[in-house]
Amino acid sequence: MHSARRLIALAATIVLPALLSAQTYPSKTDPRSTLKPGRFDAATAAKAMRLVSLSPTPAQFDSTRGLTFVNSDLSFGTHYVYQGNFAGFTIWDVIDPAKPVLTAVYECITSQGDPTNIGNLLFISAEGAGNRNDCGKSGVQDPKDHMAGVRIFDVTNPKAPKLIKNVQTCKGSHTFTPVPSKTDNNIVYLYVSGGQGARPETELAGCKNGTDPADVTNSMYMLDIIKVPLDHPENAKVIPGARIFTGLTPSPDCLTFCAPATGGGGRGGRAGAAPDAPAPLPTGPRNCHDVTAYPEKNLLLAACNAYGILVDISNPEKPFRIAALSDTNNFQGRHTAGFSNDGKKLIVTNEWGGGTSPMCQSNSMLEMGGNTILTLSADNKKVTQRAYFKLPAAQSAEENCVAHNGGLIPVPGRDLYVQGWYQGGVNVMDFTDADHPTEIAYFDRGSIDPPPGADIPVAAAAGAAGGRSRGTTGGSWGAYYWNGMVYSSELNRGLDIYELQPSADISANELAAAKLVTFEQYKPTSQPKLSWPAAFVVVRSYLDQLVRGSGLAANRTAAISAALDAAEQKRGGARGAALTALATQVDGDAKGAKDAARVTAMAGEIRRLAAVSK
Amino acid sequence: MKANRAVVACALFALVVGGSSPAAAQGGSMSGMSGMDMPGHIMIPKGAGYTKADVEFMQGMIAHHAQAVYMSRLAAGHGANPKVLALATMIDQSQIPEIRIMQDWLRRYNQFAPDTSSWHTMTMAGMLTDEQIKALNAAQGVEFDRKFLEYMIQHHSGALKMVEDLFATPGAGQEVDTNVFANDVVTVQTGEIGIMLKLRKDQKP
Repeated sequence: MHSARRLIALAATIVLPALLSAQTYPSKTDPRSTLKPGRFDAATAAKAMRLVSLSPTPAQFDSTRGLTFVNSDLSFGTHYVYQGNFAGFTIWDVIDPAKPVLTAVYECITSQGDPTNIGNLLFISAEGAGNRNDCGKSGVQDPKDHMAGVRIFDVTNPKAPKLIKNVQTCKGSHTFTPVPSKTDNNIVYLYVSGGQGARPETELAGCKNGTDPADVTNSMYMLDIIKVPLDHPENAKVIPGARIFTGLTPSPDCLTFCAPATGGGGRGGRAGAAPDAPAPLPTGPRNCHDVTAYPEKNLLLAACNAYGILVDISNPEKPFRIAALSDTNNFQGRHTAGFSNDGKKLIVTNEWGGGTSPMCQSNSMLEMGGNTILTLSADNKKVTQRAYFKLPAAQSAEENCVAHNGGLIPVPGRDLYVQGWYQGGVNVMDFTDADHPTEIAYFDRGSIDPPPGADIPVAAAAGAAGGRSRGTTGGSWGAYYWNGMVYSSELNRGLDIYELQPSADISANELAAAKLVTFEQYKPTSQPKLSWPAAFVVVRSYLDQLVRGSGLAANRTAAISAALDAAEQKRGGARGAALTALATQVDGDAKGAKDAARVTAMAGEIRRLAAVSK
Repeated sequence: MKANRAVVACALFALVVGGSSPAAAQGGSMSGMSGMDMPGHIMIPKGAGYTKADVEFMQGMIAHHAQAVYMSRLAAGHGANPKVLALATMIDQSQIPEIRIMQDWLRRYNQFAPDTSSWHTMTMAGMLTDEQIKALNAAQGVEFDRKFLEYMIQHHSGALKMVEDLFATPGAGQEVDTNVFANDVVTVQTGEIGIMLKLRKDQKP
């Protein structure tokens, strides 16, 4: 088979270093480890982050009962934030981030409610067994009323969203990832993820739950795809999915590309499954939890059970696997994925404990429940696992905590990832050095619930007015940088908005440069390429980084700083000439500099600035 | 509600002791307590968003998890190899909080919440027989690894069966916490079965 040969030619080799850089828990003296509990009066600790506002969850979703009303993920458009909830969604007008205005609360039982807005449409994930076509609250009585897939709303009037279509899928939708067509602006593909089994055919025609990966009629072992014509969203439909799992073994031992069963050879396919596996056991990864697309690079990184799977999406209707990486060191399951802006560093997270358990305690396994950093070779064929990174502050037993969703912060010259850790709070990981990711900023609150010792008696807790049983799930579902602010969806408390603050680890110039990158619409799982306009703050970002990392001799960084100041005082052609001269000098500085690449990048930015100063 | 208080004491004890003592999970120090058996019938209030099958699933899965925790805590003292020990620690550390989640859920709905000793008196799909428990206790080193993997694969497969049965029951598994939890069980334990198949394959000459 020609296609099989092509796939094998693209085979990736995975290199696992013998020893990943080890992270050790700090002592429990981290201020985040001992914060006073409270739902709205918890103590807080922060580094290089300021809470701008907390907008409490609207009364309709005010959760005192488990997950029924928890907030889920976010998406962003114009000046609105769309916040999913297991029982609907909220639209916030954030034109003033200090005072978000509640624009709409839409009640519609839809766990887990992962939102994406595109133009005037809002798409919402539906997975739960109790979700109904009509959004109703009293559960599914007739299986024909069950809604699992993606709901489409018209939000042309954000105050009055209208449900216009329920797209049913065989496995429902835990999350989904939008990928635009390359050739038709009117078409968007939704890659649908979810971990549950397929629905019975009696509920949805054409669905089949099976454990045989080789059975092409099986609804499992496939990434589902929905094709949406944006001008006629009512015509959105499921198209044939991508069998990106073919040939992967259930156990995380398929380190190099495993040839598809039809391709022969390799350790993959059915032969790769343990021969002694009990018959009904699922073999191999069958579905993904989340996938993140980087359309600009034609790549998709899928977090699927034991595997992180790198997928080519040049043709969004025919995605195919390039590489699959599993963690043979610690067997981390895969939850969320992300790319660095250059597409060469990958982040996969491990949602150990499912998000509802306290997996960041001082005795919790450090190698579980955090991020793994990987790098990709120039030809995208080799993936190397570099380091683990876990929230470096022990949390209490009352705080559900594990790595969860995040996105890049657009600081030029650095790879920064802001991320939610549920009740572990929000933090910023610098993974510029893939071997040594570090934390540079955070915000955290004490637990929602009091510690067990102060707990209310169990009998009184149940149903008592104002009483909360222990085990309240809360914290940041995801934290994302969008147009100058960090937005975090707090499962229980509401919508948090933060602003990053200058510190030793991040400068005012870098933060100002980040604010130059804005997006009309933003869905973090469909990563936009970050690019910066020519600007003094961009040049100075590189300069600050060279100073911070001693990447260039101090006398030179001082001289360059002075030259930039002087050039900024000039106007037009004179400024351009001064900058061009400076760029030439900086070219020369690169030779012998400790961080020559960064110096060269700075010279390029100076030249770009010169070009617009005419 | 006396039984409930005892359950709390039990659960807290198990949590505080953490990974250090198999006896805590076994409930050895609490074995004198009464009222740990499941009550004979389950009352579902009118208009409840959950079903009897949901309650039975949660109660049964507590016992099921508790046995897994007991098995996992044997690893350290039975010469398990480092990978098996890591896996066992992982199972222990993830299933203890899940037991608490299930107990919280049952208490929230005023249902009886079994404790970590309940595996002695409840039998769910895939759970080890007394003979198997004895055999695991008697094994050391490579033999322990072999038995642990075999039994835990059996045990996890039983959990998947329990979820399958739950969702096969009309109306069951719709309540959001139950739904999320049951799906998590599938995700996690399917993954762990994969790891165990791999470890078992590695072990063979």
